[in-house]
Amino acid sequence: MSNDNEKDWPLWEVFIQSKRGLDHKHVGSLHAADAGMAIENARDVYTRRGEGNSIWVVKAEHVHASNPDDAESFYDPADDKVYRHPTFYTMPEGAKYI
Amino acid sequence: MSDVKNLEERFQERIDDEQKIEPRDWMPDKYRQNLIRQISQHAHSEVVGMLPEGNWISRAPSLRRKAILLAKIQDEAGHGLYLYSAAETLGVGRDQLIDQLLTGKAKYSSIFNYPSLSWADIGAIGWLVDGAAIMNQVMLTRTSYGPYARAMVRICKEESFHQRQGYEIMSVLASGTEEQKAMAQDALDRWWWPSLMMFGPNDADSAHSAESMKWKIKRESNDELRQRFVDRTVQQAETIGLTVPDPDLKWNEERGHYDFGPIDWDEFWNVVKGNGPCNRDRMKARREAHENGRWVREAAAAHAAKKAARKTAA
Repeated sequence: MSNDNEKDWPLWEVFIQSKRGLDHKHVGSLHAADAGMAIENARDVYTRRGEGNSIWVVKAEHVHASNPDDAESFYDPADDKVYRHPTFYTMPEGAKYI
Repeated sequence: MSDVKNLEERFQERIDDEQKIEPRDWMPDKYRQNLIRQISQHAHSEVVGMLPEGNWISRAPSLRRKAILLAKIQDEAGHGLYLYSAAETLGVGRDQLIDQLLTGKAKYSSIFNYPSLSWADIGAIGWLVDGAAIMNQVMLTRTSYGPYARAMVRICKEESFHQRQGYEIMSVLASGTEEQKAMAQDALDRWWWPSLMMFGPNDADSAHSAESMKWKIKRESNDELRQRFVDRTVQQAETIGLTVPDPDLKWNEERGHYDFGPIDWDEFWNVVKGNGPCNRDRMKARREAHENGRWVREAAAAHAAKKAARKTAA
């Protein structure tokens, strides 16, 4: 039983766009022999109730991720740059549309 | 040693602070193992749960009921897949998990080792079995492991159709002929106690509970969830004129809950250990389905390899 061909079916990460104009959002993963089958399976698994109008599938091995253990130092450069936010600036009294 | 302690403390702080744990975060081995066991058991239950219902597809009383039942069973397959997908984020392969099911190493919910003898059983399964599962699954939408929680949100959205279609079947039968009403009552009689057992042993006897609560994998105890299920379901039974088969069932004004009779835990453990009415049939059906599907899996893999080779050659 352990000598199973399913091992040869790679894992695909699935992204669904729920409506035109919105981002594709990660919804989960599935196994499929190739991209075409991955898209069809994703349709059957993740869009049975009209949840999507566009599907992306990406082989899981092609997804590279940041390391959560480094989060503190990794995002540190943004921590002290409050001037990147519009609320940092003082606007003169009476100015409109700004 | 102190490093691990430090990591564990930070992990627990994150949990206490209601932050989700994500796949690449550090987590204690036991948390990971506990989740793999629970999520895969949950996935297996969805898959094996298709069998008692599949038994009635060809005998559904109308085209409407047949289409609904097919859609429901397809959902169960989908739920199994969401859950295998969540389990895989913990570093275990789906083929390994399925192997554990087929070799009998992994468990699935014992409720599916009971037979579906009449059409009313399809009503009782949707109403009671899915109803009990929903109690548990709604709680799990807030579980501490991110991918499991997200899978549960997806499942809960779909599960309410399952419960409602089951209750509708029961309500139609209960307002039908004497025979139909008797059929509905008989299904309730047979499925009531096994449904209460679905929540697992009493809190005092539950092997994994304390740790699961500390890690917020579970957020409510077996007995709390069971009580909520009883409180809600009794009223639904009364509404359609059916009787819950428990002579000790009584509203307790002081507690604000129903009191109910003792559960036959000997029966529960006996079914868990493999001696329920359908354990052997269910496993046989799963193994056969897996073997009979082998050529499809192999053909798809061969086709993909051939196409890929052609693409490289071109």
